[in-house]
Amino acid sequence: MKYVDEYRDGQIARGLVSEIRRLQTSPWVIMEVCGGQTHSIVKHGIDLLLPPGIELVHGPGCPVCVTSLELIDKAHAIARQPGVIFCSFGDMLRVPGSESDLFALRSEGADVRVVYSPLDCLKIARANPDSRVVFFAIGFETTAPANAMLVWRAREEGLHNVSVLVSHVLVPPAIAAILGSPGNRVQAFLGPGHVCAVQGFHEYEELSSRFKVPIVITGFEPLDILEGVLMAVRQLEQGRAELENQYARAVARGGNRAAQELVERVFEVCDRKWRGVGPIPQSGYRLRNDFARYDAEPVFGIARIDTRESDVCISGEILKGVKKPPDCPAFATQCTPQHPLGATMVSSEGACAAYYLYGRHLAHPAAEKRSEARQA
Amino acid sequence: MCLGIPGKLLELHDANGLRMGRVQFGGIVREACLAYVPEAAAGDYIVVHVGFAISRVNEEEALRTYELLEQMGQLSELDVPAASDPGSGMRPDDAGSP
Repeated sequence: MKYVDEYRDGQIARGLVSEIRRLQTSPWVIMEVCGGQTHSIVKHGIDLLLPPGIELVHGPGCPVCVTSLELIDKAHAIARQPGVIFCSFGDMLRVPGSESDLFALRSEGADVRVVYSPLDCLKIARANPDSRVVFFAIGFETTAPANAMLVWRAREEGLHNVSVLVSHVLVPPAIAAILGSPGNRVQAFLGPGHVCAVQGFHEYEELSSRFKVPIVITGFEPLDILEGVLMAVRQLEQGRAELENQYARAVARGGNRAAQELVERVFEVCDRKWRGVGPIPQSGYRLRNDFARYDAEPVFGIARIDTRESDVCISGEILKGVKKPPDCPAFATQCTPQHPLGATMVSSEGACAAYYLYGRHLAHPAAEKRSEARQA
Repeated sequence: MCLGIPGKLLELHDANGLRMGRVQFGGIVREACLAYVPEAAAGDYIVVHVGFAISRVNEEEALRTYELLEQMGQLSELDVPAASDPGSGMRPDDAGSP
């Protein structure tokens, strides 16, 4: 595939790694923000290729992971109701709530459907005028334009049997929360390429200059990530703290204006609670008042749900880059993708699930060598 | 979740007043909404996320970046043999994964 295969070339990867090795004189901690990048790093073993002085820590950029347990329980309460067709992206289906997950609800008779695009919900609503179609609108800024279009089109078409359960989260407030937290170890960021394809540079330029931290907007293929790391290491070694764009083939300075405009019309910024992290001010989107009739929370009037998270799980510290999955006593024992205890194990883009999926809990010579080198 | 896949825009059409297109990803062709890439034309590469094109691939930037990367590959030949091999994960054949 063009723009995919050529970014997986082993020879170029070796060149990038030796350039990183040549430049690096001090130890550095770099966080990749996006769950897609985390998955790619662990899948391709990129962290194990880097010199031991470069540590990659995994950020909070997986919307499935950080969707609060309360909202998942609300989704399940809605999906259980008769006459509801509950639609969701596939990633959300096996995320456990306090009692069940959407897969299990489907086997109990609930009408739960996986959609590829939010627009699929419009087709389902047109074909089922007597049912109430509810879409679980999760995601970061990348997904907001698609979810906004669903609501916008539902209103344009006068479809009144559609609503959305909104759990939108925003990246920059999370980065600010990480950098402002007392135990912060992160010295540079690989910025989220597709979030920036929509939003553009400016929020990240502000973060970079406010916290004096290098941020490199980075893509998702192995060579993108290695080049992003190289650019971040170069800045750190030279004492610079700037916004740079590794992913220029997909990200323009202004982002996608047409997408920003519709998102701005449909959504407004609100406080949001992140699973594993807690509440972060001004870190989410909710529907504007004009679209209140499409908001599933008041439409279904689900009461406040009290939830309790595991006492053992350290996903909050993992999401902030303070700890790694193997630091958790429950990792790969009590807590697995089949029985996740917390945020970072519930989706394959969560750091714990990616580590588990690619066998990092098993004996791994390269990982052991790195860990010995770091301790030495 | 923020997965975006580059695909080739094959043709454009209108569906209920929305600008849509057929997009080829390797061997698969899927429908995508083009409302957010008004500049995209048939033959362009676009990055598609949950059925929406969020960006048109800038071919000049892609070429420029790739030339820099290729120079890195040539550098590796001059270097001492790399300490570790990129490993089986780098196979170009596992392209279609999310």
